[in-house]
Amino acid sequence: MSSANREAPRPASGRAGTKKELPDHFKDYRHVWVFIELERGQVHPVSFELLGEGRKLADKLGVELAGIVLGPPGETTQSAVTEAFAYGADLVYNVEAPLLADYRNEPFTKAMTDLVDAHKPEILLLGATTLGRDLAGSVATTLKTGLTADCTELDVDTDGSLAATRPTFGGSLLCTIYTLNYRPQMATVRPRVMPMPRRMDKPVGRVIRHQLSVAEDDIVTKVLGFLPDSQSGKANLAYADVVVAGGLGLGAAENLQLVKDLARAIGAEHGCSRPLVQKGWLSADRQIGQTGKTIRPKLYIAAGISGAIQHRVGVEGADLIVAINTDPKAPIFDFAHLGIVTDAIRFLPALTEAFTRRLSPHSRDKLAS
Amino acid sequence: MHIVVCIKQVPDSAQIRVHPVTNTIMRQGVPTIINPYDIFALEEALRLRDTYGGEVTVLTMGPPMAEDALRKTLGYGADRAVLLTDRYFAGSDTLATSFALSQAIAKVGETFGTPDIVFTGKQTIDGDTAQVGPGIAKRLDLMQLTYVAKIPSVDLAAREIKVERRCEGGTQMLKSRLPCLITMLEGTNEIRRGSLEDALYAARSQVLKWSAADAGIDDLTRCGLRGSPTVVKRVFAPTARAEKAALIDTPERNLRDLADELIAAILTRGPALEQELAFNGGE
Ligand SMILES: Cc1cc2nc3c(=O)[nH]c(=O)nc-3n(C[C@H](O)[C@H](O)[C@H](O)COP(=O)(O)OP(=O)(O)OC[C@H]3O[C@@H](n4cnc5c(N)ncnc54)[C@H](O)[C@@H]3O)c2cc1C
Ligand SMILES: Nc1ncnc2c1ncn2[C@@H]1O[C@H](COP(=O)(O)O)[C@@H](O)[C@H]1O
Repeated sequence: MSSANREAPRPASGRAGTKKELPDHFKDYRHVWVFIELERGQVHPVSFELLGEGRKLADKLGVELAGIVLGPPGETTQSAVTEAFAYGADLVYNVEAPLLADYRNEPFTKAMTDLVDAHKPEILLLGATTLGRDLAGSVATTLKTGLTADCTELDVDTDGSLAATRPTFGGSLLCTIYTLNYRPQMATVRPRVMPMPRRMDKPVGRVIRHQLSVAEDDIVTKVLGFLPDSQSGKANLAYADVVVAGGLGLGAAENLQLVKDLARAIGAEHGCSRPLVQKGWLSADRQIGQTGKTIRPKLYIAAGISGAIQHRVGVEGADLIVAINTDPKAPIFDFAHLGIVTDAIRFLPALTEAFTRRLSPHSRDKLAS
Repeated sequence: MHIVVCIKQVPDSAQIRVHPVTNTIMRQGVPTIINPYDIFALEEALRLRDTYGGEVTVLTMGPPMAEDALRKTLGYGADRAVLLTDRYFAGSDTLATSFALSQAIAKVGETFGTPDIVFTGKQTIDGDTAQVGPGIAKRLDLMQLTYVAKIPSVDLAAREIKVERRCEGGTQMLKSRLPCLITMLEGTNEIRRGSLEDALYAARSQVLKWSAADAGIDDLTRCGLRGSPTVVKRVFAPTARAEKAALIDTPERNLRDLADELIAAILTRGPALEQELAFNGGE
């Protein structure tokens, strides 16, 4: 990791904060790259969401969109390459090596920074997942460039720079951030913040292969094992089509059962606002919002949740938001589509019952046919 | 063992208000707290010290008033606190912050012994980038161990550490080398109550105040606004949705009718949902 001490050239003069003066050696940085996050044989869907965004940026800039696929030799890596094209990439940079099988910071940072140095992208996007955040920080520091984390909107300015918008101060404000005098301009985006683009069957296009320049012996950190989350308890909230969540308005931990009952009846995932996690009523992976999961379901039902801004930013992508709250002035009614001002503790069982009545004949039909 | 913990003093953002007209943040009177995520890093560091012996140094970069946050950590049992404070640091983004902190950590190492572990929190609640930790690791050439949930063992003689790291879909068991940088996951421990002895220690101890020069930083162009490649161009309030929620009328109605009406309203707005829910709902 001697690259840590590498000195990136600094802009000739002036305050980076006030003036645009992209140094000459950055002027040949072109094209938009998306890191395709492949872990244990699976491409994280956030990579496809980013390809969708990357496509728009590349088209506006009139440049190419590349997918970056790092993985072990074999079928899973090659199918990630295929998928990158199917979701809009014009070309793919591919590094295959056995030591890229499990994510580790050292080899992935090396592979990524080598690629950037060799091919000079102007924009590099990564998912704000545990992997993406681990990688983005060290890649940006190695390259000594700017990184805007957890963006909610990406655009290119009239002069071609990346305008990255993200929430700040606990979500109460948004800010637009530029990386003026450095390249690449890096940004991360959380899963589900951007819509999933349509998959098209496209032939595999140009693939540029690279060798990994480190060997296992050079890598200090070793993976001793991996313990998958138990399937039963695992919440896949972010990608659920229907989500039911409860907040402090439920009053007591036992009442969470009412939320779980409704979720089960309609085949939804259940979640909660942050205070419930803090009270230990539910585990942290069930928290929805700015410091929890961003969700984008077709239907979101919130019971006893006030709709604080930090909660709101995590659910705004839902197609239909339904709020159950005793307080007609609760902020959640400002962004919900449908609301009912009533006691959730009494209403939830009735709703579960009504859904069950309505849905069960269909379910039976389906089973019978 | 010498452990450095990086903490940040942050505004209690639950209490931040935005000026309705000027769209600026009204900071006056907003209380500050230790970034909640950093408390887990601090507690883990204290536990390691209690098990393996050694010292915990807490470090923050911030305005003079960040001394309060540091004093609090002494009350929890930290051995020493360093406040890196200088007007040259104003306006730092993550790259400039990690530069200044890594320089200060190097100085802490020279002065009080090279750290074996540097801790940061997972993220801050104001910056919220989770990038300062990785930035420090890269600059100081420390092994980077992020999202650590548990530290089963540290072997000081062999310079080896084992950690459990949370990742997408599971937990990685990793073996790595000291010195390393750990970003600690939230909810992994519970901060101790400081002892009376610690409280007395906190009251009579000095928080060390270092300027950029004290921390051995010569290149001021890499600090603060000047050293920050990213620039905040615009700050604005999120736009409110134009229409409010359509409310279902509730007075004098039985719950069963209300529930049916809500379902009807849901399905009118999202006709495709019927399939979705029916399909999912099959036992
Ligand atoms: C930095 C930061 C990050 C945060 N991140 C998140 C996050 O990721 N996710 C998150 O959710 N929060 C987050 N928060 C917390 C957030 O600010 C709110 O405090 C939280 O969302 C409130 O949770 P709540 O709506 O469950 O509780 P409350 O705000 O207390 O609301 C309870 C609601 O229930 C209603 N109610 C009461 N009784 C009943 C009843 N019987 N039936 C129906 N309704 C009833 C009340 O009218 C009220 O509107 C964060 C805060 C900070 C400072
Ligand atoms: N100004 C600072 N002083 C000390 N530590 C900091 C500072 N800013 C960030 N950190 C540390 O870096 C972690 C990640 O911060 P962030 O990248 O802002 O989310 C925090 O949890 C702190 O441990």
